[in-house]
Amino acid sequence: MAHAHAHSHSVKRYTGIMDWLTTVDHKKIGILYLIAGGFFFGIGGIEAILIRLQLIKPMNDLVSAQVFNELITMHGTTMIFLGVMPVIFALMNAVIPLQIGARDVAFPFLNSLGFWTFLFGGLLLNLSWIMGGAPDAGWTSYPPLSSTDYSPTHGVDFYTIGLQIAGLGTLIGGINFLATIITMRAPGMSFMRMPMFTWTAFITSAMILFAFPAITVGLVLLSFDRLLGANFFDVAGGGNPVLWQHIFWIFGHPEVYILILPAFGIISEVIPTFSRKRLFGYSSMVFATILIAFLGFMVWAHHMFTTGLGPVANALFSIATMLIAVPTGIKIFNWLFTMWGGQIRFTSANLFAIGFVPTFVMGGVTGVMLASAPADFQFHDTYFVVAHFHYVIVGGLVFGLFSGLHYWWPKMFGRVLNETLGKWTFWLFAIGFHMTFFVQHFLGLLGMQRRIVSYLPNQNFDELNFISTIGAILMGIGVLAFLANVVATSRKPVGAAADPWEDGRTLEWSIPSPPPEYNFKQIPLVRGIDAYWKEKMAGNKEMTPSEPVGPIHMPSPSILPFVMSLGLFIAGLGFMFSTEDFSNSFMSLIFNKYIVLIVGLLITFAAMIARSLYDDHGYHIEVEELEGEGKA
Amino acid sequence: MSHAEHVNGELPHEPEKATLEGRNKVLGFWLFLGGEAVLFGTLFATFLALRGQNNEGPTASELFSLPITAAATLILLVSSLTSVFAIQALHRHNIEKLKLWLIVTVALGLGFLGLEIYEFYEYIVHESFNMKTSAFSSAFYTLVGFHGAHVAFGVVWISLLIAQLYRKGLTVVTAPKVYVSAMYWHFIDVVWVFIFSVVYLLGKVG
Ligand code: HEM
Ligand SMILES: [Cu+2]
Repeated sequence: MAHAHAHSHSVKRYTGIMDWLTTVDHKKIGILYLIAGGFFFGIGGIEAILIRLQLIKPMNDLVSAQVFNELITMHGTTMIFLGVMPVIFALMNAVIPLQIGARDVAFPFLNSLGFWTFLFGGLLLNLSWIMGGAPDAGWTSYPPLSSTDYSPTHGVDFYTIGLQIAGLGTLIGGINFLATIITMRAPGMSFMRMPMFTWTAFITSAMILFAFPAITVGLVLLSFDRLLGANFFDVAGGGNPVLWQHIFWIFGHPEVYILILPAFGIISEVIPTFSRKRLFGYSSMVFATILIAFLGFMVWAHHMFTTGLGPVANALFSIATMLIAVPTGIKIFNWLFTMWGGQIRFTSANLFAIGFVPTFVMGGVTGVMLASAPADFQFHDTYFVVAHFHYVIVGGLVFGLFSGLHYWWPKMFGRVLNETLGKWTFWLFAIGFHMTFFVQHFLGLLGMQRRIVSYLPNQNFDELNFISTIGAILMGIGVLAFLANVVATSRKPVGAAADPWEDGRTLEWSIPSPPPEYNFKQIPLVRGIDAYWKEKMAGNKEMTPSEPVGPIHMPSPSILPFVMSLGLFIAGLGFMFSTEDFSNSFMSLIFNKYIVLIVGLLITFAAMIARSLYDDHGYHIEVEELEGEGKA
Repeated sequence: MSHAEHVNGELPHEPEKATLEGRNKVLGFWLFLGGEAVLFGTLFATFLALRGQNNEGPTASELFSLPITAAATLILLVSSLTSVFAIQALHRHNIEKLKLWLIVTVALGLGFLGLEIYEFYEYIVHESFNMKTSAFSSAFYTLVGFHGAHVAFGVVWISLLIAQLYRKGLTVVTAPKVYVSAMYWHFIDVVWVFIFSVVYLLGKVG
């Protein structure tokens, strides 16, 4: 699969669908992540509504117990790995290179590869619905529940293999952003001048790098147990199911901070802009972020208090967990002090950001309650935990993402979202959210377990569950309002100003919306924190350039990332069905003899070899073209 | 943005770091190796947790033969040394020596793989010790097999780089590729040192 253009400098530039399949432009990849993440978010949302409809009244039988298990498993897995992660990556792609004054990421090709592996992994996982049943052992997939004895369909295989492929994409993305932030910053942008969102993306990427390989190994071991008859988690063969819990949570707890840190970053951009004040306590914010990431790796066993690790381990993990509340509290106060005395504007983006603060605090408070090991024996596996993590993930992260989307939408698409619809989105979503999850605290305290398909009447569960389901529907309507806004806005002409909020502080607001493919005609010179604001205050209209206008080198588009990911997808299917009993002799030949697996891997390797053999010389955008665009 | 063009004539002293792309590649590869370290760390932790669980199958001390693994260790350590020679040749812009040392490295890697395949074959066929035997066997094959797959990948990769050196010569494009492949090779060598100690030596003594 050689490039036609491998050795020429007149690079083929694609249009239409081929443009999207081959793009290595971080802005377009950001949009791809947003579309894919939005798609999976929609699927996960429908699953959530179905779960809530099943629980709307006692002894309901809307779905069977088996389908219910599949719904809760796929809801959690989809939302965490395929819904919010890609939307985070969408914003990171769209914003980080602009915030640090770079023309692209460090590895544009890998950026595209990361997206496609994520997408194919996610598609593989969701294919399970139509290929014999979805995974049904919970998003945590604890053995023995996830063993072939108790989960005989291929559902859990879709989980292990789909997540491995998708996780590879995330890992690649993490490495890419680490390298980008380390090497691609504009002159003058020292680490302590980086915008907070860039900082949190940096730390999140570092956490991805150290957390995702652990879950990859866990998933490999589980798939070996299920497909190759290994004994890692099988007690009868000498294995140990608690080992899975450790591996899962050594990844799992850092993962929750991987999710929330970018939201912290978004909030730290939106609140200062709409308060017309610089972020209060910038250095303490940076320090708190690093501390949270560090502590985040030390606390995984707070998910295992009831596993029986013993009082000493429980006490230590309990204390370590509570410590995280300290840096988190620092952040909360910094946001409050940023707003203090500022000229606050209640735009949709800022509503989500301000709404984030109290909601996230509530999630943090229940977190500290859960961190007390003796109390957790009561809370564990009840709706109290469900309430806790939805307060931090939805009330925290999803609020943050909505805030960021409203804030950066003009930069991504050149059109400002409609503010009226934006406010409708916020109020519907926020009220729906609290209705859904606030009552779940009490359901948990009253003893309702999580992951149950139905409950008996007259245990004081009935009204609270009803309220919760109505709230979920409201949230759904809120999301629809957002979609309506997106559709309505996309019909408007492109015409957002470079700095549509007028109080933009960071570099992305100093260039057109949407930016040209090379971002900066001249790389800017950074003279302080909030580089663009600083220039504005000095009376300048634009950033001071750090280089003369010259030809700009661009990487060429490539279909290879798509092909590599497709190969992995095929190989995954091949491995998964290698143990299946096929009635059809052809099918059994190609699957049971690992032919599909090998073909898939060969496709991937062939594409890797093609990438290595044919150098990508890229192409240049010449000065005339740059000047022409400047005048137009 | 610097342009990775063929450099005719003068090649800088460290051609792998001459362009931004080259520097990014080296940094990105260090990061990748950080992730790999976590990957193998998790595999080692798993192995340590399960190494006593032989489930009435063969135990480590019954199974392992130190002479073979010692030979494999020696081969891999020497191959690390030869890849250092290769990088020294790269820095001296001596492309003939560079190709030669890379070929020696690949040959040694193949020798290591041969010994490993022989070892696995013996265990599976003559000792009936396979993936399904016990938790210990699963952990053993997964850890050592993952490492073996890394070696195999490295062998193919470095071979391809040798072919490129023949076709394109040493440039600021090929140099970073060779350099990171050497980093990779050292990494899997270090992993093997841990495997030799934790799996084999520890297995022999008890
Ligand atoms: C002050 C900070 C936090 C503390 C002290 C804390 C503490 C805890 C504890 C102790 C549990 C285990 C409860 C149990 O299973 O019995 C838990 C569960 C959970 N937390 Fe947090 N947490 C905090 C922040 C977060 C954040 C920021 C997120 C995500 C963005 C998060 C997501 C989760 C999830 C998903 C679970 C449930 C996992 C499951 O069992 O499925 N937490 N938290
Ligand atoms: Cu946790």
